[in-house]
Amino acid sequence: MNNVNGSVVGSSSGSGDGSAPRRNSKRPKYSRFTQQELPACKPILTPKWVISVFTLIGVVFVPIGIASLMASNDVVEIVDRYDNVCVPPNMTNDKVAYIQNNETDKSCRRTLEVPKHMSQPIYVYYQLDNFYQNHRRYVKSRNDAQLRKHSQENETSGCDPEKRTKDGAPIVPCGLIAWSLFNDTYIFAIGNKNLTVNKKGISWKSDRDHKFGKDVLPKNFQSGPLIGGGKLDDTKPLSEQEDLIVWMRTAALPTFRKLYGRIEQDLNAGDVITVTLENNYNTYSFSGKKKLVLSTSSWLGGKNDFLGIAYLAVGGLCFFLAVAFTIVYLVKPRKLGDPSYLSWNRNPAGH
Amino acid sequence: MPPTPPFGHWLSKHIKTGKSNCTHDREGESVEEMGQPELADADARLIIVGDPGRTDPHLQLAGNAVRTAKYSPFTFLPRNLFEQFHRVAYVYFLVIAVLNQLPQLAVFGRGASVLPLAFVLLVTAVKDAYEDWRRHRSDRIENNRAASVVDPRDGQFRPKRWKDVRVGEVLKVFADETNPCDMVLLATSDPTGVAYVQTINLDGESNLKTRYAKQETTSRPIGDEHPFAAGLIRCERPNRNIYGFLANMEIDGKRVSLGPSNIILRGCELKNTAWAIGVAVYAGSETKVMLNSSGAPSKRSRLETHMNRETLLLSAVLITLCSVVSICNGIWLGKHRNDLELSQFFRKRDYSDSDENYNYYGIGMQVFFTFLMSVIVFQIMIPISLYISMELARLGQAYFMIRDTNLYDESSNSKFQCRALNINEDLGQIKYVFSDKTGTLTENKMEFQCASIRGRDYSSGKVPLQDNGGTHSDLVGDQIWKPKMSVKTDPELVALLRSKVETEQGKQAREFFLALACCNTIVPLVVETADQTQKLIDYQGESPDEQALVYAAASYGFVLIERTSGHIVIDVLGDRQRYDVLGLHEFDSDRKRMSVIIGCPDKTVKLYVKGADISMFGVIQKTINLDIIRATETSINAYSSLGLRTLVIGMRKLSRNDFEEWQSAYENASTELIGRGRLLRAVASNVERDLHILGASGIEDKLQQGVPQAIESIRQAGIKVWVLTGDKQETAISIGFSCKLLTSEMTQIVINSNSRESCKKSLQDAVALSSKLAAISPDSENILRGTGSSRIALALVIDGNSLVYILETELEEELFKVATVCDVVLCCRVAPLQKAGIVALMKNQTDDMTLAIGDGANDVSMIQMADVGIGISGQEGRQAVMASDFAMGQFRFLVPLLLVHGHWNYQRMAYMILYNFYRNAVFVFILFWYVLYTAYSLTTAISEWSSVLYSVIYTALPTIVVGILDKDLSRRTLIKYPQLYRAGQRDERYNLKLFILTMMDSIWQSVAIFYIPYLAYRQSVVDGSSLGDLWTLAVVILVNIHLAMDVFQWNWITHASIWGCIVATVICVIIIDSIWMLPGYWAIFHIMGTGLFWLCLLGIIIAGILPRFTTKALTEYFMPNDIQIARELEKYQNINAATTSEIPMITLSQPL
Repeated sequence: MNNVNGSVVGSSSGSGDGSAPRRNSKRPKYSRFTQQELPACKPILTPKWVISVFTLIGVVFVPIGIASLMASNDVVEIVDRYDNVCVPPNMTNDKVAYIQNNETDKSCRRTLEVPKHMSQPIYVYYQLDNFYQNHRRYVKSRNDAQLRKHSQENETSGCDPEKRTKDGAPIVPCGLIAWSLFNDTYIFAIGNKNLTVNKKGISWKSDRDHKFGKDVLPKNFQSGPLIGGGKLDDTKPLSEQEDLIVWMRTAALPTFRKLYGRIEQDLNAGDVITVTLENNYNTYSFSGKKKLVLSTSSWLGGKNDFLGIAYLAVGGLCFFLAVAFTIVYLVKPRKLGDPSYLSWNRNPAGH
Repeated sequence: MPPTPPFGHWLSKHIKTGKSNCTHDREGESVEEMGQPELADADARLIIVGDPGRTDPHLQLAGNAVRTAKYSPFTFLPRNLFEQFHRVAYVYFLVIAVLNQLPQLAVFGRGASVLPLAFVLLVTAVKDAYEDWRRHRSDRIENNRAASVVDPRDGQFRPKRWKDVRVGEVLKVFADETNPCDMVLLATSDPTGVAYVQTINLDGESNLKTRYAKQETTSRPIGDEHPFAAGLIRCERPNRNIYGFLANMEIDGKRVSLGPSNIILRGCELKNTAWAIGVAVYAGSETKVMLNSSGAPSKRSRLETHMNRETLLLSAVLITLCSVVSICNGIWLGKHRNDLELSQFFRKRDYSDSDENYNYYGIGMQVFFTFLMSVIVFQIMIPISLYISMELARLGQAYFMIRDTNLYDESSNSKFQCRALNINEDLGQIKYVFSDKTGTLTENKMEFQCASIRGRDYSSGKVPLQDNGGTHSDLVGDQIWKPKMSVKTDPELVALLRSKVETEQGKQAREFFLALACCNTIVPLVVETADQTQKLIDYQGESPDEQALVYAAASYGFVLIERTSGHIVIDVLGDRQRYDVLGLHEFDSDRKRMSVIIGCPDKTVKLYVKGADISMFGVIQKTINLDIIRATETSINAYSSLGLRTLVIGMRKLSRNDFEEWQSAYENASTELIGRGRLLRAVASNVERDLHILGASGIEDKLQQGVPQAIESIRQAGIKVWVLTGDKQETAISIGFSCKLLTSEMTQIVINSNSRESCKKSLQDAVALSSKLAAISPDSENILRGTGSSRIALALVIDGNSLVYILETELEEELFKVATVCDVVLCCRVAPLQKAGIVALMKNQTDDMTLAIGDGANDVSMIQMADVGIGISGQEGRQAVMASDFAMGQFRFLVPLLLVHGHWNYQRMAYMILYNFYRNAVFVFILFWYVLYTAYSLTTAISEWSSVLYSVIYTALPTIVVGILDKDLSRRTLIKYPQLYRAGQRDERYNLKLFILTMMDSIWQSVAIFYIPYLAYRQSVVDGSSLGDLWTLAVVILVNIHLAMDVFQWNWITHASIWGCIVATVICVIIIDSIWMLPGYWAIFHIMGTGLFWLCLLGIIIAGILPRFTTKALTEYFMPNDIQIARELEKYQNINAATTSEIPMITLSQPL
């Protein structure tokens, strides 16, 4: 076997009769690259490494998990579902007819109690359940060119089926997304003192500056036979219609919240908030839910325990694995790189 | 007129017919003889010498311009696309891209849907275009070379470009020039019309070959107007047989036959001849060299076959996913049937024009469309990029194999050649090696060892020839001419030859060496040396055996000095004598002998014959000298058992009558048009009878360097070596011993039967014996030796005669049973077709991979039959190399090729395939989970550009780099422990179990990637694009980390590609999110500003990788495989090696 190494590896030494100098030798040029001998690191998962990796993950994950859970706990959230209660009792059998009727009064009054002190800013969200803002028919139905420039207002491709009016005039903004603009409104008061809701700056600045044009005014909007949602102020350019901009950032999942505004003052525990709302938006036709949400925020966003629990679980599991691996390693150690473990040295009669 | 000549494409026909009826395969040297139909008028082509205009005006003769390029600028696009779409996978992606163009199904934008396919097509097209451009360039250079052509108007030679040369024109070629077309020699600078050519460009043989101009044309004075204008050549239609040519020439009313020795082929170089004049008969694409320049046959690697099986599984998964989505979509639509009209996000009706439905065709159609759309969305479940990645990786692997200095052969100055680019990984799974002997295990450099003359054995030739005294040099003027190589001579024989006493033995010995010196086709070439007074005679010839014999004769004092077409000059013991060569019957594989008829200076006519013993003993006169024949036979057997190749020499004095009878028959036969080959054979057989035995020679075929060690390594690697040789049984066995294939401990099973029944019986005996040995050995053996080998080694020796009864009958199975329990199989006296038959037998009976290695034309069928064919680019021409998948210079390179490169390539490719499946599956599953939350409407949160770029840019490079560069073990370890090769044979790196585990892992990872953000972001303000960006980054980072975890060796290229790819992905996502046109504008910046994003990312990566990491750590430590142990050895023994060297060696050679 030793011979094999000698003669096969060192092949260049042999080959006797090439004594005459060869001018055009085809011998490949030697380089570490071509001989696949680049310096390299060859990591091996030794027990030391494995145990330290598991321990390290545990050490990092458990504190993060605890911090996340604490952050989530600090968030105060008030959620109020109102779509089912803001219907006159005589209309509960035909909510769609109620909501489609422009004549009836849609206003509705809700009272919310603040459970814990809420420090400002308090975010006001509306939450829709079961509304597929990510439906394929829906997400595609918009035209970003039209939204951006006045000169492109005839650009309505992709906006089907809300493209043009019956007489062929382009709708600005076109498409189902804009057409279905959410239009419930909320007015908050504590006692008889109104809470101001700041609706400025609720959309992304990048959207206001670059996606929605300052010279694009709504045109022929919501003039079709079927009204999808809110109307727009024809005198305000799109870049200032922040509710539309928020609405047009389509949500990722069928249950979503959108920012309505901010209450820029603290609320104390036990405060009773009166909400006067206009229940305009039709979610009855697809049995969706509407909720009003008031929430503070933490460094991690809103109230959500999942991430904290997940981090704790993974961290705990890693601690467990580290311990388990250590025990198995102590019970059944193996010498690394012991040739007697090679399969051909391990035959039954071997040792 | 039939479009193809009847015997023309024997090579291509051969490939098609496979093992069954390749009757037109030939033994190496005698290619043109067997079964060649004669030139029929209908198949003939008429060429009027010197008049291309009148030459065959009806036929569209090819011009001499060659075109190896496949495409022209205009045809490139359609033809290249057509060729590329031969792959089923590409058609699949094309269909999907087309489907996507239908407005109802438009999932992706137009650009994004076509991009991946376009990218793959473009890469391949660019590669093809580059290669074609290089071919165009070389074509142009080739076509514009200058040739010297007779101008028909005044008979002067004028320069002309190669591409303008036409069939029928008369050309002049000068020494060292390359021949522009296939031409029939008319005259040469040699008055007898001899020209020497080197055919290295054609078949790789570097020795000179002799070509003759016919006496009828050489005699014509040069400088006449239209010197050869009267000639009319009728030749066969173009074919690719470079060793055959059939034609005749009518000149001055005489009919002269032309054969392969009268033609110089395109690509040959004229050597040692000042000039040669010839007439072009085949030009351009019809020349033999061009007809032969076809690529290697395409094979498909076993890994790829398995991969296709798994691709089918993946298609099933794909169809399941699509069905789930479409059925759920149907259910959803059914449930919300009444809501669709008013739901803001669906809005069934289009009110703008008429009250028709907008893009809604009823639930049935919606389900159908959803199905098609989901196929489009989930299309990358079948990884398109895998095909191109595999091709690139193989290209890289081939690059490293070619550049490996360990595979470079100095003696023949040949690099490793990768002729087939798609079976690199098969090299790592070989179970059987079928090897030719001559030229593969041996050097095919023959050396004369011993002679038996008149029954007396002279084999003590151990004394090397001294330079003085006994040197047989020849004085020409004041110059000394001597043969280039000298042979060890037997002093007794030398004394006998030189003795002045006339004995019968001495006479016979002289005749014997005279026969050796003249009964051949060797050409002596005189080579200058540094010493002015000394010149070397270099014997050039096509058969190495003949060269050895002529050198031997020269060493004994019979120096062949000159050969022309009519006579030879031999220096007989210092006395120059001229012998007329009256006739020559070339060697053919039917007769297995050749003969010359010599007119001696003493006016006698003698026939000298040499040939294989079997054929010779049939034509030797047995009535007298029976004891001499017996003694000779004994010597021959003794020689064979030493591993020598034997030839028997005989002679007969021809009487005047005999000679005249022969002469007329010979002349008739050789001018005959129809049945010439057959007639010549008949003439030969007729005259080769009643021979007087002179003796026999033994020639040693030296083993190549390192063969025994290589065979030892290969066998340790669990590869069974079969040697298939045309040699005699004794020779084969002795070679077997000398290359350590056979050892004295082995039990030999010998099968040589002459009938079906006896063959059957010996096979059954062999089966019984082997099972008996298998039954008794395990315990006894292990106690005795305690080593890995658990039973007595068996060797099977079987000869070609027996194989006739076995192959393609029901006995095949018996043979297979015996052969598989034997460690070594030696097949001797096998015909080329039987070689292929044996390989086919193993291929049919097992799934194991076979490799055939050989160097000669007789190995071609075997090389093509085996899963991997390797050609030795050595002495015997290039046909084996042309037919092979890989070509190299030495047999021993098989060790680094299989154990090192094969192992690496298999390991790399296996991982690459699994990884690509996994990578795309993770992505598809993420898309699938999301679709479940979009009312089954197939929206993707990941932007369409990201999903297109995912497998092309985000994750493509690292897997290719790893597929080219990663090494699980170093070269040294792999060669030190050949047993590590068995991992490939056991399919350890790619099998169904691994595939399923990988798929399960990919499902888990997709769950982690999708559901961690899903749960963390539920009931939040997050928008689709932001979440999509998180998913994109998470999946790309996770699959790259997954790859990083599996990389064995980290060099800077690996680092750069893996981390570079992650960075590139981030950059791409940022770029995509900076385009205001797209809905995801600025999303990445918003989400990256939140802590939740980073926590999700970290959580995904750890949670996703954890199961795999844990299993990997556990199996590597507690259930290590051989490769893992060897890696640890490599890492930790190096540290030990510094203090105590050579420890692994000792432990290895003396295992516990």
